[in-house]
Amino acid sequence: MTNNPWLSQVATVESVTQEIDSVATYQLRLDDPRAAQRYRFQPGQFNMLYLPSCGEAAISHSGPPSHDGNRFLHTIRFVGRVTDSIAKLQAGDQIGVRGPFGSAWPMRQCVGQDVVIVTGGLGLAPLRPAIYHLLQGRVDYRRVILLYGARSPGLLLYRREMESWQQSGLEVHLTVDRADIDWDGAVGIVPLLLDRLEGLRPDQTQVLTCGPEVMMHYAALAAVRLGVPKSAIWLSVERNMQCAFGMCGHCQLGPVFVCRDGPVFRYDQVHQLLKVRDL
Amino acid sequence: MSTLPKLAVAKFASCDGCQLTLLHAEDELLAIADAVHIANFAEASSRLEPAPYDITLVEGSITTQKDRRRIVKLRSDSKYLITIGACATAGGIQALRNFADHQDFLRAVYARPDYIQSLATSTPIAAHVKVDFELRGCPIDKSQLLEVIASLLAGHRPRTSSECVCQPCKRRGTVCVVVANNQPCLGPVTQAGCGAVCPAFDRGCYGCFGPAAQPNMLGLSDRLLQPRMDRAQSARFLQTFNSYAPEFSAAGQRLWQLAGQPKPLHPSLASSPGDTHPAAVGQGKETTEE
Amino acid sequence: MPAKDPTRCHVNATELPVIDHSPTPAQWFLPRQSLQTLLDQLQRLGYEVVGPRIDQAAIVYDQIESVDELPAGWTDLQSPGQYRLQPRADDALFGYVVGPHSWKKYLFPPLVNLMRSTKTTDGWQMQDEPQEPRRYALLGVRACELAAIAIQDRVFLSERYTDPLYQQRRHALLIIAVNCTQAASTCFCTSMQSGPRCTSGFDLALTELPTGFVVEIGSPGGQAVADDLPLRPATEQERESSSLARKTAFDQITRQLDTTNIRDKLMTRLEHPRWADVASRCLSCANCTLVCPTCFCHSVDDVTDLTSDEVIRQRHWDSCFNMDFSYANGGAVRDNVRSRYRQWLTHKLASWIDQFGSSGCVGCGRCITWCPVGIDLTEEVAAICSEPST
Repeated sequence: MTNNPWLSQVATVESVTQEIDSVATYQLRLDDPRAAQRYRFQPGQFNMLYLPSCGEAAISHSGPPSHDGNRFLHTIRFVGRVTDSIAKLQAGDQIGVRGPFGSAWPMRQCVGQDVVIVTGGLGLAPLRPAIYHLLQGRVDYRRVILLYGARSPGLLLYRREMESWQQSGLEVHLTVDRADIDWDGAVGIVPLLLDRLEGLRPDQTQVLTCGPEVMMHYAALAAVRLGVPKSAIWLSVERNMQCAFGMCGHCQLGPVFVCRDGPVFRYDQVHQLLKVRDL
Repeated sequence: MSTLPKLAVAKFASCDGCQLTLLHAEDELLAIADAVHIANFAEASSRLEPAPYDITLVEGSITTQKDRRRIVKLRSDSKYLITIGACATAGGIQALRNFADHQDFLRAVYARPDYIQSLATSTPIAAHVKVDFELRGCPIDKSQLLEVIASLLAGHRPRTSSECVCQPCKRRGTVCVVVANNQPCLGPVTQAGCGAVCPAFDRGCYGCFGPAAQPNMLGLSDRLLQPRMDRAQSARFLQTFNSYAPEFSAAGQRLWQLAGQPKPLHPSLASSPGDTHPAAVGQGKETTEE
Repeated sequence: MPAKDPTRCHVNATELPVIDHSPTPAQWFLPRQSLQTLLDQLQRLGYEVVGPRIDQAAIVYDQIESVDELPAGWTDLQSPGQYRLQPRADDALFGYVVGPHSWKKYLFPPLVNLMRSTKTTDGWQMQDEPQEPRRYALLGVRACELAAIAIQDRVFLSERYTDPLYQQRRHALLIIAVNCTQAASTCFCTSMQSGPRCTSGFDLALTELPTGFVVEIGSPGGQAVADDLPLRPATEQERESSSLARKTAFDQITRQLDTTNIRDKLMTRLEHPRWADVASRCLSCANCTLVCPTCFCHSVDDVTDLTSDEVIRQRHWDSCFNMDFSYANGGAVRDNVRSRYRQWLTHKLASWIDQFGSSGCVGCGRCITWCPVGIDLTEEVAAICSEPST
């Protein structure tokens, strides 16, 4: 066995599901059966996905943490050099995988609490494993609420699953910046949904948020306004990552290595840092 | 008919040095010939096939009316157009005319200047047509060219580093010629890609790869160059192969102005050369994503 | 050969006093003409000896086989943005301070292959890139450089992840330190508590005298090497002379960096106007980070041939001064020189403490000397910290 943390393992794409425009979900399985069997991750963690001659990209897990048959899912937006090449992959193609890396959503702290998930756009993908986890052990939590927004209805992710999530006990509130003719949900930014949320017990609530930094900023402010302690607000930060284990230096945000100490942070640990421009 | 991607190499105002870089890739030439169909490369073969082309490498700058029309046609004939070298990406050494009287040059060089039909300016290809990717250098670097071709063949967007020359210079263990030898050097503001050759041979970088990302030209001019040479010398040092690259051009003009010998841009060019350089020239910068 | 040397004083390990924590470590004497014996001995033990030599108008670190290759009679004159070799009045072998290279290039090489992917008929095979084991003996490591190696150890040999190449080379490493007997104007190791005296982290430590070297043994590995050297106990006079020589270095250090509460001072002054001021001077060339003996930032790229069937992932030294270094989500997080200089300085002197439990600066002064425009971090820190926080 190697102890080289840089070494990727070969995985095969088992299926590709087109989600929305320029976003697809890839189901992967490590080629080495023993490695596949051993592979575990926690909601919030990420993998480094590698295409030889193209490069690596840090991509969050977006599937159930206890997925059947050691498969795992990544929902990927095609926005750059590596992901544009990933977009060309089909079932049966191979990809390199290193991981899982990083910190996880605080599933244990959520037990017995109201859980509010605040997210926008593709930010739902890194939170989906947490949703699966919460719904699987639904009785362990009080209210579980998803506040989710996108620029337009067509950009809302995983809509086909929303109904089954609701049946499993998830309160879903959707909002869009620009409604279309079929839209009968809310219009406006996501943090507003938090402001409108009724019956929340702020001292017994955990808020999990992921999305553009500015959205997370306002979501956190809204949660604090509601009385949720900063130490019960969690966010997932994105930075340039190359090694994924705190050695290459790229992802530094002041004293933290986002790849190793994050990507999931407690708000009180990073809110001062996130306020500084260009840190 | 070959099913390989069709490659063309086109020449505008230039010395052919960048095309020669491709020919000098002796070890890799056979691999290139296996991977692409070289359809039009006058420097290498007299068999010239007509358009369209999948990949077109363009060397040289636009200095004549005829070339102005030719590049537009070539662009429409090419799927992916890559400019190669300082002439194509910044106007080349011949862009010095952009800061001088073109007629003076003609009279100084040619016995019968009236036979010469050229524009008063030398401008980069991107000032005329959309460029998909640019490779800097005078001449270009062989490995960068091969990397870009390999990327395109593998279906990836190509990429080159945006770091400055100092970084590969230090990586190869070269002692800084500015600090240890008091030599002027453009390494800190010049884009890497050459392998930091010059400082390894004990001379300062002369900027043939053009400006690096966000170069501090004021800091360089006033704190690195001027303590070692006067203003006019500093201006000349900046204005060589990439004199018309926006940052070098502005810094050079400022130094000429300070030296009391203002050299304004030719009136047909915008006051800032940045205006004639479309910003959207691909350098494929991207390292992380989610 | 040393075994035939009649002056040789063979010492068994058991005869030596315990020296690790002794306030007055045992000191031995190696005559100058026997330094070659040490080099031969190291080569015999299978070490590649690297040490100081003159190249490109500077004293750099490179492979050394003979004492003749050492920079005898040369010293370096350093000031912000300037380095000059100067002849010395004597023929001291280690009569210089520190140069443009640091030892990190041997443990954390500027360019190294990490893994290899090969396209086969069965698809991609991804494998470790085998690393040739290297056994380096570093000759002439200064106190600040010992501190730098200890700092990089904490980066590359953390509890959870280790860099295999660094680990192999570090474990095989033999360090022969040499105490400074002079300082440059750019030195400030006394401020960083990292010198000029070598106190730990070495196998052998030498202090150069005109006639030879006062030797201290710092480890069992050093002891094993010393066992076969023509050492004799240092005389009282030699000990005193060496102490005086070391004191000269100490007394010559004038540059200071006030580290009192520096972490909080810097992190509460992230909007100080001085950051913009230094950004107008800084060329963002990254020289400071590349000459720094502790800077560890790196990037990884793929290297391939035209067919892309054989792909190597290659690591190279990178720098937080590079704009693309922080590229994420369509743009650079640190999209200006101000934020990049701030990142470098606050990381080095402040956030490094959070990350690794110590400052990232050892006061070697390289970043001051090798800045082509002579920016002096001690001056910048003084300017930033002297005013109330913003």
